[in-house]
Amino acid sequence: MSVMSAMSLRRHAAPVLVPASVGPVEERVATLSALRCGAAGTVTGVVADDPAVAQRLVDLGFVPGTPVETVRRAPLRDPVVYRVAGYEIALRKAQADCIRIAPTA
Amino acid sequence: MSDHCGPAEPAGVAVAGRRRIALVGSPNSGKTTLFNALTGLRAKTGNYPGVTVTRYQGVAETALGPVVLEDLPGTYSLTAISPDERIVAGVLDPADDSQDTPDALILTLDATTLRRSLRLAAQVLRADLPVCVVVTFTDELTRRQGRLDLAALGRALGVPVLAVVGGRRQQLGELRELLGGPATWSRPLVPPPLDAEAVSGWVDSVLASAGYAAPELDARTRRLDAVLLHPVGGTVVFLATMFVFFQTIFTLAAPVQGLIETGFAALGDQVRASIGVDWLAGLLADGVIGGVGGVVVFLPQIALLFVLISLLEGVGYLARAAFLMDRVMARAGLEGRAFVALLSSFACAIPGIMATRTLPSTRDRIATMMGAPLMTCSARLPVYVLLIGLLVPSDARVGPIGAQGLVMFGLYLGGAVSAMLTAWLFSRLGRSAGPALPFYMEMPPYRLPSARSVLLAVYDACRGFLAKVGKIILGTTVVLWLLLNLPAPSDAELARAGVDPADSSAVASYTIDHSLAADVGRAVEPVFEPLGFDWRINVGVLASLSAREVFVATMGQVAAATNPDDPSQALADLRVQDGPRAGEPLFTAPVLAALLVFFLYALQCMSTIAVLRRESGSWRWPAIAFTYLFALAWTMALLARVVVGAVT
Repeated sequence: MSVMSAMSLRRHAAPVLVPASVGPVEERVATLSALRCGAAGTVTGVVADDPAVAQRLVDLGFVPGTPVETVRRAPLRDPVVYRVAGYEIALRKAQADCIRIAPTA
Repeated sequence: MSDHCGPAEPAGVAVAGRRRIALVGSPNSGKTTLFNALTGLRAKTGNYPGVTVTRYQGVAETALGPVVLEDLPGTYSLTAISPDERIVAGVLDPADDSQDTPDALILTLDATTLRRSLRLAAQVLRADLPVCVVVTFTDELTRRQGRLDLAALGRALGVPVLAVVGGRRQQLGELRELLGGPATWSRPLVPPPLDAEAVSGWVDSVLASAGYAAPELDARTRRLDAVLLHPVGGTVVFLATMFVFFQTIFTLAAPVQGLIETGFAALGDQVRASIGVDWLAGLLADGVIGGVGGVVVFLPQIALLFVLISLLEGVGYLARAAFLMDRVMARAGLEGRAFVALLSSFACAIPGIMATRTLPSTRDRIATMMGAPLMTCSARLPVYVLLIGLLVPSDARVGPIGAQGLVMFGLYLGGAVSAMLTAWLFSRLGRSAGPALPFYMEMPPYRLPSARSVLLAVYDACRGFLAKVGKIILGTTVVLWLLLNLPAPSDAELARAGVDPADSSAVASYTIDHSLAADVGRAVEPVFEPLGFDWRINVGVLASLSAREVFVATMGQVAAATNPDDPSQALADLRVQDGPRAGEPLFTAPVLAALLVFFLYALQCMSTIAVLRRESGSWRWPAIAFTYLFALAWTMALLARVVVGAVT
C-alpha cells in the first residue's frame, strides 16, 4: 500500500482507449456530438489525442457501457448538456467528439 | 510546515506539529460549505508555492484539540490536467516534495452524484493516508426518491463514513469527534483497483452493497431549466440578470461610495483645521486619510459583487449563464464563466479581477485578468469627460448624434474590443505552455445557498482586499502625495516668486510646479515627447496612478484653475513653454487624442496592480500587465496623435 501513492497512480493510470470500431456494428459507430437533442446512447469508448483528456472524460462518468442522453443545446448550438452517471454536464463539441457511442434504437 | 511557503503563508495557522487534515472532493460537492462550517471565520488565504492557486487553510476544533484544515481545490480526478489539480495530486502524494502531505483526508461525496464521485473516491483511497468520507446532500437524495445506506457504504469502502448536510451542528459534532483521532480510522483491507474498467466494477459493487438507488431527476431543476436555458427565454432572462447585476455594482454602490468619499473628505478637513503645520495637515488629510478613503471606497462594490456572485453561483445560475455565453467567449479563447468578470470590469477592474475566482482554470483566470483592466471603468469617465470636452465642441454633431457621445462610445468600444483581443492573446500564449484544457462544466441542480455561505464569501473578499490590497493603495497614495507636495515652499520663497501666500490656488500651483513630481515629469519628458505630452501632463499622468480620476484635479492644480475640479478653461489656455511648439496651445486635438488613447490602454491604477498581485499570487503578472499595457498605450497614443494630426 505504501507504494500506492497518488504519484504512482498518476504515472501508471492507463487511458481508456477502447476502439470504437470493435465488433460487427461498425456502421452504427457515432460520436456523442452527433447525437440529436433528446436522443440517448451508450458510451462505447473515449478516444482523444491527449490520454489525460480521455482519462478525464472517463473520470467524469463517460465510462464504456454507461447510458448517456443529450439534454439541451446552447442557443448558439454549442456547448451541449448531457446526462450521464446520474448528473448533468455541459461539453463543447471538441470534447463530445472524443466520446464514441452506440445510439439507442 | 516547511520553509518554502514564503510570506504568503498565513501566520498563526500553520503551527509546526499541529495535525493537518485536507479536504478533497469534486466541485459542487459541498466541500467548501463543510470547510466553512468547521473553521468559521478563522480561514486564512495564501498561495501554494510557485503557482497561481489560492490556498485556504483554517483551524477546526476537534475532540482532541485544534487541527489545521486545508480546503484543496475541487477536482474530479487525481490524474491532473490543470495546475489546480496538480496541487491536489501533489498534496496527496507523500513522494512529491513540493507540497506538504497532510496527516489525513476528508473526502466529500455528493450523494446525488455518487456513481461519478466514487471514481474519485477510488483514486483517493489509493493514497496512503487515513481517509474519512463525508456524504453531502443526503436530504436532497431522499427528496428525489434516492436511497443510500451509510453504514453499508462505510463497510464497502472500508473507511469511516458519515453524512453532513449543509453544516448541521449535530452532524458536525460527530465529525469533530472523528477528526480527533485519524490514527484510529479504519483503512480499506484491499485498495480499490487502478484500471478504469476494474474501477467501474468496483463502483458497481460498492453501490450495490450500499443499497444505492440513484435519485430521480430533479423536477424543480427540469422546470427551471426549460425556461432559463430556453434559446429565446433563457437569453432574455440572461440579459436581464446581467443588466441587474451590472446596474447593482455600478449604480447601487455609487451613493454609498459618494458617502464614503464625502465622509473622508470631511474628516480630512477636520484634521486640516485642527493641525497648524500646513505640510503635516496636508499629509494627514490628503495623503493618509485620503489614502484610507481610497481603499474603503472600493468596499461597497466588492461586497455587492460577492453577494451577487455567491448567490448566482450557490443557486446554480452561474453555470447556466456560462453555458449560454460559452460560444461567444470561446471566440476570445475564454469560457462562459469569464463573462461575469469582464462585465464587472465596466464598473471597475478591482471587482472584475476578483470575480475571476469563479474560473476553474488558472490559464483562463490569467487571460481574463490581463484583459479586464482595458474595460472602460468608471474612474476613466471623469478623465474622458474632461478631455473630450476640450477635444470636441459640445454642439458638434455627426448626423443626428452628438460628436462628444460618439467619441465616448468609441472609447468604450475600443476598450471592450482590446480587452477581448488581449484575453485571446494571453490564452493563446498560455496554450503554448501546454495543451488546451478540455471544457466541461457540471450543471448542478438548483439549490438555495445558505445566508451564512454568502456572507462568508463577502466577508472573505472584503477582508482579503483590505489586508492585502489596502496596504499597497495606501502606500502609493502617501508616496504620491509626498512627491506632489514636497518640497513645501516657504513664505519667503513664495514672496520671491511673486505668489500671494493667501491665494490658495496660486500656492498649490506653485508647489506642484516645483515639486519632486515636477522633477519626475521633466525627467520622463523624452519618453512622452513623441506623444506631445509636456512635463505638466506627465505630472497629471503620474498622479493618476493613485486613481485615474485624480488626473482631473491634478491638472487643475497644475494650471492653477480657480475650480480645480473643472479645469477645462484653465487647461484650454495652457501654452507650450519651450521647444519648437513654444507659445502654441498645449492641448491641441492630436495631443488630446493621444492622451485619451493613452488613458484607454495604460494601467494607470495602483489599485488594479495591487489586486492583480493578490489574485495572481505574485508580482510577475502585474509587472507583465503594466509593461505591455504601457507599451501598447504609448504606441496607440502615438498612432492617434499622428492620425488626428493628419486629418486636422
